[in-house]
Amino acid sequence: MPSLKDIRNKIASVKSTQKITSAMKLVAASKLRRAQEQAEAGRPFAERMGRMLSSLAANVAGGAGGPRLMAGTGSDRVHLLVVMTGDRGLCGGFNSTVVREARRTILRLQGEGKTVKLLTVGRKGRDLLRREFPSLIVANFEDMGRKRLSFAEADKVANKILELFDAGEFDVATMIYNKFKSAITQVVTLQQIVPFAPAAGTVDAVGSVGLQDGAKAVYEFEPSEERILADLLPRNLAIQIYSALLESAASFYGAQMTAMDNATRNAGEMIKKYTLIYNRTRQAAITKELIEIISGAEAV
Amino acid sequence: MVEFELVSPEKLLMSQSVRMVVVPGAEGQLGVLEGHAPMIVTVLPGVIDVYADDMATITRRIFVAGGFCEVTGTRVTVLAEEALELDALRAQDRAGLEKQLSDLREDLDDAKSDAERKTLEGRVAVLQAKLEVQGLH
Repeated sequence: MPSLKDIRNKIASVKSTQKITSAMKLVAASKLRRAQEQAEAGRPFAERMGRMLSSLAANVAGGAGGPRLMAGTGSDRVHLLVVMTGDRGLCGGFNSTVVREARRTILRLQGEGKTVKLLTVGRKGRDLLRREFPSLIVANFEDMGRKRLSFAEADKVANKILELFDAGEFDVATMIYNKFKSAITQVVTLQQIVPFAPAAGTVDAVGSVGLQDGAKAVYEFEPSEERILADLLPRNLAIQIYSALLESAASFYGAQMTAMDNATRNAGEMIKKYTLIYNRTRQAAITKELIEIISGAEAV
Repeated sequence: MVEFELVSPEKLLMSQSVRMVVVPGAEGQLGVLEGHAPMIVTVLPGVIDVYADDMATITRRIFVAGGFCEVTGTRVTVLAEEALELDALRAQDRAGLEKQLSDLREDLDDAKSDAERKTLEGRVAVLQAKLEVQGLH
């Protein structure tokens, strides 16, 4: 039977935990709003670039003649997985769902006899994957967007990927990250970035914006379309990564907010439960003392 | 009038209806008026001029660090990675920029891979353009 003092201490400690989790929840909520705004602000660029790419791609016949970032290397032996997680925990299943999906993909690809390489963004993903696949990790980025994610940081990741690609280190690159649905739901998404295929769905959605004046028009190109495409594709890679990082950041704060909300509620329940036990024990002690006094008085 | 949009990866910088814009294209300055033939052009580091309705006065001058430009009959979209008002650029410390440039040149000499060299060369070109533009009036 815990003493009254023990229970009091327990309540005090749960209360201070609750204070921390509810503060973290508020912080996560405000960061989430900022991350969402940033994702919103980044959308026009990605949209317009998608539009340009689709009209370019329509002009440059695909296939072997096209740039390698679009046509591929002609093989799919070596896969690079870009795994995006957070740098920190306390965010529910955010990191582990991505890592679980990464693990499944790695095992599947290896089962098909492919070589897998990993590029991790975020400390948590690196730590978790390093335990199981220490030899696969070729590069790691962390502390991305501590304050505010800048495009320059996404560019760094893109440059690394391009460097690996130019060195012939991989044939296909796929990103695994959490896509933001709402503060409570994040969807783990696999997205192929190299070779880049203007996804039919998105291009349609984007292309329809320009339909009135753009999509049907025949464009002139300065310099040649091949040259522009060769410039545009690496930029597009950086943009894809940038928007994935933004999605991931928004998801992280969403997941953290939800996790901290749950933690705060659980702490509340725990406090209720312990207060009940505390009062019971206190009353029991009083009753016991009364019985002692009364039976003492009777004995006299 | 054409709809002029200037977009950076981080946000939509400008969206307004203008009479004419002049963009520093890969093969020379490109002035766009309403009804221009559809084009996609690589933009070099330089200054975009936005003209007033009388086509003689320039209302805004914006420095861009290269990018892409899509022109249709009614719309001009410039995708730029870095953009700032010319006045803001003029206000920057010239010696500081020169220092950055010489630092970058040193880095370029030390560059190990082709990819690294290429990105550094790009940044040198941007800085050179900045310095050049700063000198103009």
